[in-house]
Amino acid sequence: MEKFDVHTGRAVPLRASNVDTDQIIPAVYLKRVSRNGFEDGLFAEWRKSDPDFVLNRPEYEGASVLVAGPDFGTGSSREHAVWALQNYGFKTVLSSRFADIFRGNSLKGGLLTVLLPQEVIDRIWDAVEADPATEVTVDLVNREVRAPGVQESFELDDYTRWRLLEGLDDIALTLRHTDEIGAFETTREPWKPVTL
Amino acid sequence: MARTMAEKVWEEHVVRRADGEPDLLYIDLHLVHEVTSPQAFEGLRLAGRSVRRPDLTIATEDHNVPTADLLAPIADPVSRKQVETLRKNCSDFGVRLHPMGDIDQGVVHVVGPQLGLTQPGMTVVCGDSHTSTHGAFGALAFGIGTSQVEHVLATQTLPMQPFRTMAVTVNGTLQPGVSAKDIILAVIAKIGTGGGQGYVIEYRGEAIEALSMEARMTVCNMSIEAGARAGMIAPDQTTFDYVQGRPHAPRGAEFDAAVEHWKSLRTDEGAEFDAEVVLDADELSPFVTWGTNPGQGVPLDAEVPDPASYEDPSARAAAEKALKYMDLRAGTPMREVRVDTVFLGSCTNGRIEDLRTAAEIIRGRRVADGVRMLVVPGSMRVKEQANEEGLGQVFLDAGAEWREAGCSMCLGMNPDQLKPGERSASTSNRNFEGRQGRGGRTHLVSPQVAAATAVRGTLSSPADLDAQ
Repeated sequence: MEKFDVHTGRAVPLRASNVDTDQIIPAVYLKRVSRNGFEDGLFAEWRKSDPDFVLNRPEYEGASVLVAGPDFGTGSSREHAVWALQNYGFKTVLSSRFADIFRGNSLKGGLLTVLLPQEVIDRIWDAVEADPATEVTVDLVNREVRAPGVQESFELDDYTRWRLLEGLDDIALTLRHTDEIGAFETTREPWKPVTL
Repeated sequence: MARTMAEKVWEEHVVRRADGEPDLLYIDLHLVHEVTSPQAFEGLRLAGRSVRRPDLTIATEDHNVPTADLLAPIADPVSRKQVETLRKNCSDFGVRLHPMGDIDQGVVHVVGPQLGLTQPGMTVVCGDSHTSTHGAFGALAFGIGTSQVEHVLATQTLPMQPFRTMAVTVNGTLQPGVSAKDIILAVIAKIGTGGGQGYVIEYRGEAIEALSMEARMTVCNMSIEAGARAGMIAPDQTTFDYVQGRPHAPRGAEFDAAVEHWKSLRTDEGAEFDAEVVLDADELSPFVTWGTNPGQGVPLDAEVPDPASYEDPSARAAAEKALKYMDLRAGTPMREVRVDTVFLGSCTNGRIEDLRTAAEIIRGRRVADGVRMLVVPGSMRVKEQANEEGLGQVFLDAGAEWREAGCSMCLGMNPDQLKPGERSASTSNRNFEGRQGRGGRTHLVSPQVAAATAVRGTLSSPADLDAQ
């Protein structure tokens, strides 16, 4: 996993609530067996059917910070939603509320999802819409978001922050505790089912 | 200290607890399907890792498979490759697979309980958000992403952030024609699609206790639509009777020992929940959605709401956007909404009781002209049983299509899709834009409403048929 410490980039204001993972990437794009190339599916329907959709506007081309409305990422557990955002070029998503599974997936995969009060999101939206060249900085080291007129700290648990800063793979971390897993397995009740 | 059921099950599975780290939880059962697993198996290969416990893992093909003409090769080459990849992965890593054509193939959340693999007090995960279904047994069941699928394959554990607990109490008795689906749609409309975020919900109260096992699965299934991490129902005699005798259920003295333990999992008297919600089942009526998220629902007797009636500007904007997408006008009675497709199936409502309920309503009647009804059993076992009971013939006689098992039109990944502008009454779980096919419009309903709607062509309850 790529390390995340401080990222500065231009931002896309996505003024919509309840953006579900079927909008982030429709199911027909989930058939691939690879982990990349999902950028064509990102918001595919909105990009196709609405010329004014924010990602279709030239002034936001190359932006790497997505500033979304509340309840972003509801619905399906598809991690493809995270991959599509990353493949498209987003490094971080800001919102006042994320769906749990999407949030978990994003932090596993190195896409930093940042929780901010809606009032701060509103101010960032206004700033970015007034000047699309506005840069937003997401600083994981100091747990802080900065933009013109905005300096706001955010919460992220120490463990996840450390893992992202170091770019560490969760599986490798857990495999350090194989002995404990083995010991636990000896205590499982005999009636629990096995598939083989 | 008095504890909730969710806390007890969690505690029983903690492999490792350390300051500043999430708890490492042991996973009792890992369900796998073709869509969210290929990159996980590839990750194992790249790292030279194996599946730690293939004997706690089971796979089936459901999301992507066609539900017609099982013997023909899958026409879409990309879909075919995904299914073939699952077969190769299961073969390479020693995972049991129920492929298309197998009698135990079907929607993963129908297959697990049916085989008796889902039991009270277990931790169950799957790369699918509707894994919450298994909570109906008093299991702690989470939907996970592909990175976590890989993590469970490699370690049989997951590091998990702590959760909060919510009690949803449903008092009273359901009226005839009102079902578990209406309970959960009403819960979601009440607390919203984000209302359950961070919570494990425990459904309780006499209306929940009165539900069959399959109806309980319908309730827990849609916990995720309220944003919850999981949903659970305390195991009781209904649960034990359902599990007993299934292929993977414990037998004899082991079953008795298991039941003793399962009884101890119930939430202790005096245990505190972080949040509580109360509903009265007597007041519930058939529920339908009008919008593009599952929280946008109203009783069938009501009208399409006016966005101006929402005080919250974000909810108002969402309602306006939804009505535009759904091509609905505020004030239109829901009963006047005409559909061209009815979908009966999915992990929410594709089990035998759902098919029985719908068949009873549709028996001796015809699907309305201009309406296509798709009946997709949740598993091949469900299909077999339905055929033995003559239900398949009832659907065929009514002019419905009687398909093979799979997720089908629930998510529009296989060829079963709505065309742009088409409108469905669907027993599935999501009414998102384009969920059932690009440009398609979805109204979420119960099997009862689906069957009555198929006959009348407009959103209807069984009582509307009797009135005719």
